[in-house]
Amino acid sequence: MIEHALHGDRRYWSWIVILLAIIGAGTVAWFRQFQLGLTVTGLSRDVSWGFYIAQFTFLVGVAASAVMVVLPYYLHDYKQFGRLTVLGEFLAIAACVMCAAFIFVDMGMPIRLMNMFIYASPHSIMFWDTVVLLGYLLLNIVISRVTFSAEKKGVPPPSWIKPVIIISIPWAISIHTVTAFLYSGLAARPFWLSAIIAPRFLASAFSSGPALLILLVLLLRKVGMFDAGRRAIRGLATIVMYALAINVFFILMELFTAIYSGEPEHLAHFRFLYFGLDGNTTMVPWMWISSLLAVVSLVLLFNPNTRNNYRWLAWASAFVFVSIWIDKGLGMVVTGFTPSVLGEVVPYSPTVNELVISLGIYGIGALLITVLYKVALSIRALMAE
Amino acid sequence: MIIDRRNFVRVAGLGALGAAAAPASTLLAEPAASRAKTASAKPLTAKRWAMVVDTRKATEENVRAAIDACHREHNVPDLHGTKDEIKWIWAESFEHAFHEQDLHYIPSAMKQAPTLLLCNHCDDPPCTQVCPTGATFKRERDGIVMMDWHRCIGCRYCIVACPYGSRSFNFRDPRAHIAEIDPEYPTRMRGVVEKCTFCEERLARGREPACVEATKASGMMVFGDLEDPDSEVSRAVRAHFCIRRKPGLGTQPEVYYIVPEVKTRDRPQFPPFEP
Repeated sequence: MIEHALHGDRRYWSWIVILLAIIGAGTVAWFRQFQLGLTVTGLSRDVSWGFYIAQFTFLVGVAASAVMVVLPYYLHDYKQFGRLTVLGEFLAIAACVMCAAFIFVDMGMPIRLMNMFIYASPHSIMFWDTVVLLGYLLLNIVISRVTFSAEKKGVPPPSWIKPVIIISIPWAISIHTVTAFLYSGLAARPFWLSAIIAPRFLASAFSSGPALLILLVLLLRKVGMFDAGRRAIRGLATIVMYALAINVFFILMELFTAIYSGEPEHLAHFRFLYFGLDGNTTMVPWMWISSLLAVVSLVLLFNPNTRNNYRWLAWASAFVFVSIWIDKGLGMVVTGFTPSVLGEVVPYSPTVNELVISLGIYGIGALLITVLYKVALSIRALMAE
Repeated sequence: MIIDRRNFVRVAGLGALGAAAAPASTLLAEPAASRAKTASAKPLTAKRWAMVVDTRKATEENVRAAIDACHREHNVPDLHGTKDEIKWIWAESFEHAFHEQDLHYIPSAMKQAPTLLLCNHCDDPPCTQVCPTGATFKRERDGIVMMDWHRCIGCRYCIVACPYGSRSFNFRDPRAHIAEIDPEYPTRMRGVVEKCTFCEERLARGREPACVEATKASGMMVFGDLEDPDSEVSRAVRAHFCIRRKPGLGTQPEVYYIVPEVKTRDRPQFPPFEP
């Protein structure tokens, strides 16, 4: 199958070369970090998790969102998503690999990675997060491989894969729930100590993931590789629309509790996010942009004229993706540390080295998606001929 | 026999004893001072180690002595003023150390008073709960929250979970920043978390924690077994109004602070309370 990834036009190969260059730069930057330690990042004693863990958190959501095409197809026999499920699963695989990579680069002692398994500690949520993420990666590899091989041979998939697919549905929910538990079980951090973190993570995942899938599908359509069909894209748009509405609702609930109760420790974090704290306004423009994009995309998605127009839909999907990336990939983690446990505002921003490593990991994800989609779509094109 | 680390050390130790028997003369020739440091006095033991810090005695000088003694003895690198700073014991203003108390109306001198902060060796520590490898764990026999620097993977989840900021991470190689390495205590490498261990290595040799010893004359810090009603700490927590940091979180810190008392002549006189 993989040979299909080795044949492509000039455009395909230039894209691959660009990605390899980005991955190469990321690798060099990682070796520098490995040599000198995490001192090359912007992280500190007070802000001990930052950009890496935030990207991890965001991407767990992207991985989980594959369930939004799998569930309607397998539980509701929504046939329009039949040709999309494998694309959703490939996206989940790429996202899981990126998640693992972001955890790896965040480790102070990467050579001791195996201690996670040798000294497995079930009292740590991190243990369970590793279990569910690796399990989810494995499930998606097996499911996509088995179902796609069957599709290639023109036969129905073997019956044993059906229960595996059914298991993958709650499993997808679990990966983002357990990732939320990493945060929401800590009494030390009032910003995260909220029961709505897990539901909010799921709502934001189920809007940003399918939004990314819409963008990918529209891109594939534009380059003439694959047309998912008008109804499938409409289905995805509906999912993004409701998930985003629920996510905005959850954010407002969070804000209500913080603002109306006026509880100072809780409120301080939200003040930092939206207005700045002790003169530190790093997050303020980002959060207002995120809010604005969420509102604009809600309008674009709820209006059938714009939702059903590919050009507007592409914009709306991009806005959703960026809005939620800001919320989770920038705001979520750092704000938990601001103010610190001693009530201080310690500034954090990622260093160039940190950003290059992160870009390299996104490059790995993009390369995986490119290769996997190329293989799948080339085979489909051959079968169609 | 399963060869785990403890058994290995035991067997290796026996071998070393045999080897050491021959050149006994060289051992005896060691300077008396260094022998005294390693001599195995009777270990100090307790059911629950605890500390009382008397903030009334926390002069600049005492505070500095405690910090210096600890950091020198434990090879803590001097990265003061950088984001990579390592702190086992340090001073914050009283107002800052107890910021959740919202201390509006106490005298400003009291607000600014230096307050020593260190690992609280909580009864219910969130850091050990979240550690994915058991590299930080609670020693059940005496309540010390321990660190295994050879197992820590540097994920820093314990730092995230600690409500007291008691933990530091080696963002860079610490050895380059230690003025004089004390060979009696291990140095750490970059990529692991470290913190105060209530000087478990000194307790094993029958000595009190370095900070307590360094400020002994002032009586600023009292260390002992809280399960023993006659110990000095038990008596101190009974005799004074003591507070703990963030008690509302349920971690049960084992470091207690004696707060400065309001002078008797300022204290309002209440009639005896009759229910």
